[in-house]
Amino acid sequence: MNPESLAQMSNVAIYSSMFTLALAMIAFAASFAVGQRRPVAVAAQQSTVSAGGTAVLTKQAPGGVEEPGRRASNIAISLTWLAFILLLAGVVLRGIWAGRAPWGNMYEFSITAALGILGVYLFLNIRMDLRWLGLFVVIPVLLTLGMAVTVLYTEAAQLVPALKSYWLVIHVLAAIICAGAFTVAAATAGLSLLRDRAERHAEPGTTPTGLLSSRVPDAERLRTLTNRILAFAFPLWTFAVVAGAIWAENAWGRYWGWDPKETWAFITWVVYAAYLHARSTAGWRRNRASWIALAGWVVFLVNYFGVNFLASSLHSYAGVSS
Amino acid sequence: MSTLPPISNTGMLRWAWRQLTSMKTALVLLFLLALASVPGSLLPQRGIDPIKVRSYLTENPTWGPILDRLGFFEVYSSPWFSAVYLLLFLSLIGCVVPRVGVHFRAMRSAPPPAPRMLQRFSGTRTVEVTASTAEILATAEGALRRGRWRVVTGPVDGPQWLSAEKGYLRETGNLIFHLSLLVVLVSVALGGLFGWKGNVIVREGSGFSNTLTQYDAWGGGRFVNPQGLPPFSFTLDKFTADFERGSAQRGAPRAFEAEVSYRTEPQAPVQHALIEVNEPLEINGAKVFLVGHGYAPVIKVTDRTGAVVFDDAVAFLPQDGNFTSTGVVKIPDSSPQLGIQGLFLPTAALDAVLGPHSTFPAPDDPALFMSAWKGDLGLDAGTPQSVYRLVTDKMTRIGLEQLKPGQSWKLPDGSGTVSFEGYQRWASFQIAADPGKEMALFAVAAAILGLIMSLFIRRRRVWVKVVDRDGVTVVQLAGIMRTSTFEDEDIGVLAEDLDLVQDALESAGQTAAPAPLIESAPEAEAPKEES
Repeated sequence: MNPESLAQMSNVAIYSSMFTLALAMIAFAASFAVGQRRPVAVAAQQSTVSAGGTAVLTKQAPGGVEEPGRRASNIAISLTWLAFILLLAGVVLRGIWAGRAPWGNMYEFSITAALGILGVYLFLNIRMDLRWLGLFVVIPVLLTLGMAVTVLYTEAAQLVPALKSYWLVIHVLAAIICAGAFTVAAATAGLSLLRDRAERHAEPGTTPTGLLSSRVPDAERLRTLTNRILAFAFPLWTFAVVAGAIWAENAWGRYWGWDPKETWAFITWVVYAAYLHARSTAGWRRNRASWIALAGWVVFLVNYFGVNFLASSLHSYAGVSS
Repeated sequence: MSTLPPISNTGMLRWAWRQLTSMKTALVLLFLLALASVPGSLLPQRGIDPIKVRSYLTENPTWGPILDRLGFFEVYSSPWFSAVYLLLFLSLIGCVVPRVGVHFRAMRSAPPPAPRMLQRFSGTRTVEVTASTAEILATAEGALRRGRWRVVTGPVDGPQWLSAEKGYLRETGNLIFHLSLLVVLVSVALGGLFGWKGNVIVREGSGFSNTLTQYDAWGGGRFVNPQGLPPFSFTLDKFTADFERGSAQRGAPRAFEAEVSYRTEPQAPVQHALIEVNEPLEINGAKVFLVGHGYAPVIKVTDRTGAVVFDDAVAFLPQDGNFTSTGVVKIPDSSPQLGIQGLFLPTAALDAVLGPHSTFPAPDDPALFMSAWKGDLGLDAGTPQSVYRLVTDKMTRIGLEQLKPGQSWKLPDGSGTVSFEGYQRWASFQIAADPGKEMALFAVAAAILGLIMSLFIRRRRVWVKVVDRDGVTVVQLAGIMRTSTFEDEDIGVLAEDLDLVQDALESAGQTAAPAPLIESAPEAEAPKEES
């Protein structure tokens, strides 16, 4: 197959994925708008759950009243899967076109990071019901892809010598999975803050009302979920940074040189380390920990985007500053 | 709320230590560390780019020196940055070291006896049994021990209960993680004290031997003897570079290769190696990295009598991605002294806006633009001069010319002839030794392993108790989480643990069939105690 048609197929797959995601977003939003308060029984079950610490994952009991908006969210999940598959195809085709791992510039990082976010979300959704989270995952993915195809787009090209290493695959793959996990965790942390606020403002013994807070699990469950995602992501991020250091030692002659990208990777690590500590510190494990999780994500974004554009860094092979 | 410090000195010290090693202090120090790292990525740093620091200082005459005095151009070795991480490590030591002893004792001691009332724990099961107490406990103990639980039974005179614990590796992992970070810090310090690195430019066909004088720049730790560097040497036989010729990212580098012959010591046999960007050469504990390259035009100068006063390849420094390169030739031995400022263009182009410049990094159409000077080079003034800059204060310009390889230029005032004979390539190498890096790698590997253990292993206890209830012998099974990360999974994990025991009893035929499974109401046993 000639390279040009591969390139076109990759682009078509990515645009189709974006279109599908936009539909998924509408469906998620519809399920949010249509879905009134959760049935009281569910809410009651959940509050015992959080009080007793005895939850099984909140799969809905079969045969119960169908939640309004459930069908819309089911459609949205199917569309998200379709978008994931299309995006995967787009990334793989891009890799075949370039003849290497498709992680050579910011455009390629971004489409792969979008794939990572969707992948982490869909993987978690298999293990527990996370349809309520979909809207908050699909929006950042669409933004990432939109930015990729407009601002960051570059033709596929060979790699500069510094990137020619199998560490590219290892280091970047780990970092991209972390990008997905950090983003999903930021969504759950942000929702936990909103929900916590609503719970404090709700009258005692009732579940909160309101567009956002009535449609997501209770704050404690959101915090636990955030913690689980970050407990998975933190060792992986540690590994990504270490893999980068090993690579740097091989390419540049030092494993750590406080290059801006390295510095911000370190700051990201420290902030998420603070998150894990906060989770086991009295007085910090609730909203403060959630704020730290959000801060970690912001720092990660600075590392991911900001450093490439603002600072002169050894990592500035973004291919956008032509 | 922290209490006010007591008045006595030891009390004060103890109070300070307690504050330092508290979790909240650790949190604050972590935030401070994150915050303190930021300015180093925004301001130029001396250790990375000293030239940028200098230009920043000239551009900001007011703030520059103030920032400089506060260490903002050497953030990562500044006193305040060091203070933050040293305090953090002190806090870590204070927190972790005492826990090592506690954990060591916990791992060697038996689990505590089963509590009197098992009903109050969530998920407690009661199973009617037919076998004797001793048989029941033996079956349960066997199953638990096979599952690598630590088991104790009691009381000593005729056991009635069994208490088992598992997941000690969680705390082991936690301690390994934190102690490994200490080892990383030590490794970094070792590298700083015993490591060294230098940079050198080597032309094709030229050699380098690892002594201080041969380096263009060199820096070493406090305990490095600069006279005792490993005595290896190498020659750059050939350097090749490839660049992108397609339209996308045209001119971007694609491959660099340096073919070298080296000796590990002066009498050792010659060996050959290929150094590439991700493929350094390791000699005697030092690594030779290929970090850059450029062109060295071969220039020959004869004076007015026709005598050759200069004939050599001169390394020019690339100024842009297309290798527009600048360099100078100083000829102190002619009379008057001659100096040449040169601009080497691998693919020459000339336009009104950019002047002479290169349009591609490969030597497709090389040209040398020169401006020749005569007068006093100023070499005798005693102030050291850069080999890449001509000091023209006491010189006058003779003329300007551009040459293709093989062409000559008769200087207009008759003071000599300059020939552009051709060009060579040069490669720049960073040569570095860091004796701490293997230890650092080992330590971070241990840290990641410890981290995974501490995040995913669950420490929990189960109890098996044989009791007589209204004339029927029943077994009570219960358990608790000692530490917990994910509360909503804990109940499932405990249920599996209890299943382990119950299944063993059932398959041993010791339960009354069908086993009635009574679960108590979910009552909260706050399952956490962790820092």
